Amino acid sequence: MTSILLAIVIGAAFGAVLDRIGATNPNWIGGMLTLRRLHLMKTILLAIGTGSIMMFGGQMLSLVDVGHMSVKAAYVGVFIGGLMLGAGWAASGYCPGTGVCAAASGRKDALFFIAGGLLGAAAYMATYPAWKASGLLDDFAGGKVTLGSVPGASYDGLMAMSGDLLGIVLGAVFVLVAFVLPDSLVGERQSVEVPAE
Amino acid sequence: MVLNWKLGGLLLGLVFFAAVLLVKPIGVSTQFVILNGVVADMVSPDFITKTDEAYTSTNAYMAKSGGKYAGNAANPLNYSFVFVLAMALGAFLSARLRGGIDAAERAAPEIWRANFGDTPVARYAVAFLGGFIVLYGARLAGGCTSGHMMSGMMQTALSGYIFAAGAFAAAIPTAMLMYKKG
Repeated sequence: MTSILLAIVIGAAFGAVLDRIGATNPNWIGGMLTLRRLHLMKTILLAIGTGSIMMFGGQMLSLVDVGHMSVKAAYVGVFIGGLMLGAGWAASGYCPGTGVCAAASGRKDALFFIAGGLLGAAAYMATYPAWKASGLLDDFAGGKVTLGSVPGASYDGLMAMSGDLLGIVLGAVFVLVAFVLPDSLVGERQSVEVPAE
Repeated sequence: MVLNWKLGGLLLGLVFFAAVLLVKPIGVSTQFVILNGVVADMVSPDFITKTDEAYTSTNAYMAKSGGKYAGNAANPLNYSFVFVLAMALGAFLSARLRGGIDAAERAAPEIWRANFGDTPVARYAVAFLGGFIVLYGARLAGGCTSGHMMSGMMQTALSGYIFAAGAFAAAIPTAMLMYKKG
């Protein structure tokens, strides 16, 4: 029961924040992916950085349970799937989480995204045996690995160096990049009007 | 109104941290599979079956990893599925509180109209096809923007970096080709 309560609280907070940072708005996604408006990129980089620093810092202070980490496997299909997701994300302006949130916030096109998504997931369920047989789902570089070796974690480190310290350093790099990244990387910086909704 | 990136980024970082502090890292795309499983099992009750201690399915993907997905689809009132429902509710309430989205924007976003005019049907077709390859790709990769890119890179997972490299390598050229205006 506690876990359902936590799901409701954390889930609702996640949806609300995605709505407020513009991640559920295809205009903002389009601005980011065309490199014309990097505001959302800065938001995401800062979030990854601060999340990482808090998590690894909390682990070093024994405030965060290392067992809560969940590291996904690395295999060739991760990159191929990433390419597919990237193309669809750019075309539609939605990814799985933000598409659901956008539909909930009233966007009709997001309902079509969800319908397509359910069909795409079903197509993968049907074709999974072929991918499995192809070997493209086989682990490489150790599969479920972190870049450094995190003390107490059930995952191996790609490198022997201290994984929690590396996590904090990389987190700081994400924060730094968020700050130094300009508002726009291309074009004559035309002041495009994003509707205030 | 969109939050400035410093406040927005900090809030988003806090949510990702709260998730890993209290339960586990955030992920969304698996729940599309779970919903398909729930529906398939309603249409054809043999789709998911109970074994001695766990669940299995006639679908190999649902049955993998000891029937983990089959079990979650048989009992959708679990953390990850409720999380996605609550996420939708949070976005709904947040959008309402800031005054909602205007009618033109609800039909097709401004960036679409700037490039392709008032063509909502074409927009729906692209959103549908986009959704198809996004979820096919996410399941092939084993996660999406939330699970791989945000949660993964936050944990310094190698897979998160590989996924992000693939996603942006395709997303940036696609966006630049399709959306020259707006």
